[in-house]
Amino acid sequence: MGHVLLIEDEPNIAEAIRFILSRDGWQVTIYPEGAGAVEAVRCVAPDVVILDAMLPGQSGFDILTRLRADPDMADLPVLMLTARGQSRDREAAEKAGVSRFMTKPFSNAEILEQVRLLVPR
Amino acid sequence: MAITALTGTRVRERRLAMGLRQSDLARAVGISGSYLNLIEHNRRRVATDVLARLAEVLDTDARALGEGAGGRVLDDLRAAAASGMAAPEIDRLEDFAGRFPGWAGLIAAQHVRLGALDRAVTALNDRMTHDPHLSHSLHEVLSAVASVRATAAILAETDDLTPEWQGRFMANLHGDSERLADGAKALAAHLDGPAAADPVAASPQEEMEAWLAARGWHVEGATEAELAGLSEAGRDLSRRWLGRLRAGEGLIAAFRDALQPGSAAGLVICDASGTLTFRKPTEGFDLPRFGAACPLWPLYAALAHGRPVEAEVAMPERRFRIRAFAESRWPEGLAGPEVREAAMLIEPSAATGAALAVGTTCRICPRDPCIARREPSILRE
Repeated sequence: MGHVLLIEDEPNIAEAIRFILSRDGWQVTIYPEGAGAVEAVRCVAPDVVILDAMLPGQSGFDILTRLRADPDMADLPVLMLTARGQSRDREAAEKAGVSRFMTKPFSNAEILEQVRLLVPR
Repeated sequence: MAITALTGTRVRERRLAMGLRQSDLARAVGISGSYLNLIEHNRRRVATDVLARLAEVLDTDARALGEGAGGRVLDDLRAAAASGMAAPEIDRLEDFAGRFPGWAGLIAAQHVRLGALDRAVTALNDRMTHDPHLSHSLHEVLSAVASVRATAAILAETDDLTPEWQGRFMANLHGDSERLADGAKALAAHLDGPAAADPVAASPQEEMEAWLAARGWHVEGATEAELAGLSEAGRDLSRRWLGRLRAGEGLIAAFRDALQPGSAAGLVICDASGTLTFRKPTEGFDLPRFGAACPLWPLYAALAHGRPVEAEVAMPERRFRIRAFAESRWPEGLAGPEVREAAMLIEPSAATGAALAVGTTCRICPRDPCIARREPSILRE
């Protein structure tokens, strides 16, 4: 089963997403801040990253840019979550190389579907 | 009236819409059927008196029948066609507007409306981007909503949830609902509330007022170095007000006591549009952060009538003695435009007699009914 690294600083959102994905058979690791997130991705080596856009320490956009600059993680599926659905955020995420983009609030079914699409079983 | 080449087309469309036969219309107007036929196919110019009779029978306006869609409608239709949303037959635009003036007007009006909405969205986007507090508040609310939604769905849809998980999610839900309530309250306060409620400056004026507040609204000894942390626009505005406050002329001279160390009095100054350009708050008399203030403030009576106003006013929780007056200047000479401002000194009052009931701004004023209310309040008394 796939391994999801969830980079999210909101503990209740993280807990809910972990619960939803775990019940679907995914292994979920939570990393709660922006600082050190790139190193966490290297260390965990997940199949997919769920990345919050606004994080303490370093923004999701910066993290994504650094991931894409690393040849080992250039193709890693990244689902970005943001509470700001402005087109400029979406454009920034796409420019940084996001795989998929979702705005908060999202439904549990939506996030499950997106993860399944990113990592076909 | 300019009768266009498509008048006949409009006559025909109108007649058909009313279910009239050509011969019946011709008879009612007093012309031959063949003449009407030529008119309807735009092969004969319609005489003004015939057009007037046609309009009367067709129950419409002769000008609309003769001129069809106005130039502005055609311009708006051309702009709509150029928007790239579809590929309309631009060469048949006038024909379309002539045959279906109602639809043409609707499309033109919707194009204009779309443009206005586009501009509003851009402005809101801009405000969200450049107002860090608003952006933060919205993020807080949306994050809390996201958590509530995900957690509530788990509780509602998971049949085999263990009591332990159920307890955890219930606790999360409780925490998020409180956070959501706090976030919504902060957002409402930010959008509609008093200027003093928010420590984050969102405009040059707020930067300037925050700087003055930090100095106790007393400018003696102020230096350029103190403005270093402000934006360029904030610095410019602060320098301008610093000059005015130091010069102490006109309105400032009248109310200089409010700007002395330790003064509890509030002071607001507005320009001729009623916009508050200077806001020194005082406890119990909240000043709006955005938008217009309460129209019942004596400040506006002074502004409108150009004479001093003294009044006792009652905010929802406290009373105040108000003195206001307006001042006009003609910077380009008496032949030039007048620049008028008004100022209002706000002092706590212990009086017990009659007082004018005022508020901060309609959006957060609970007074109902109010003779001067502009819009509904988000609060209820």
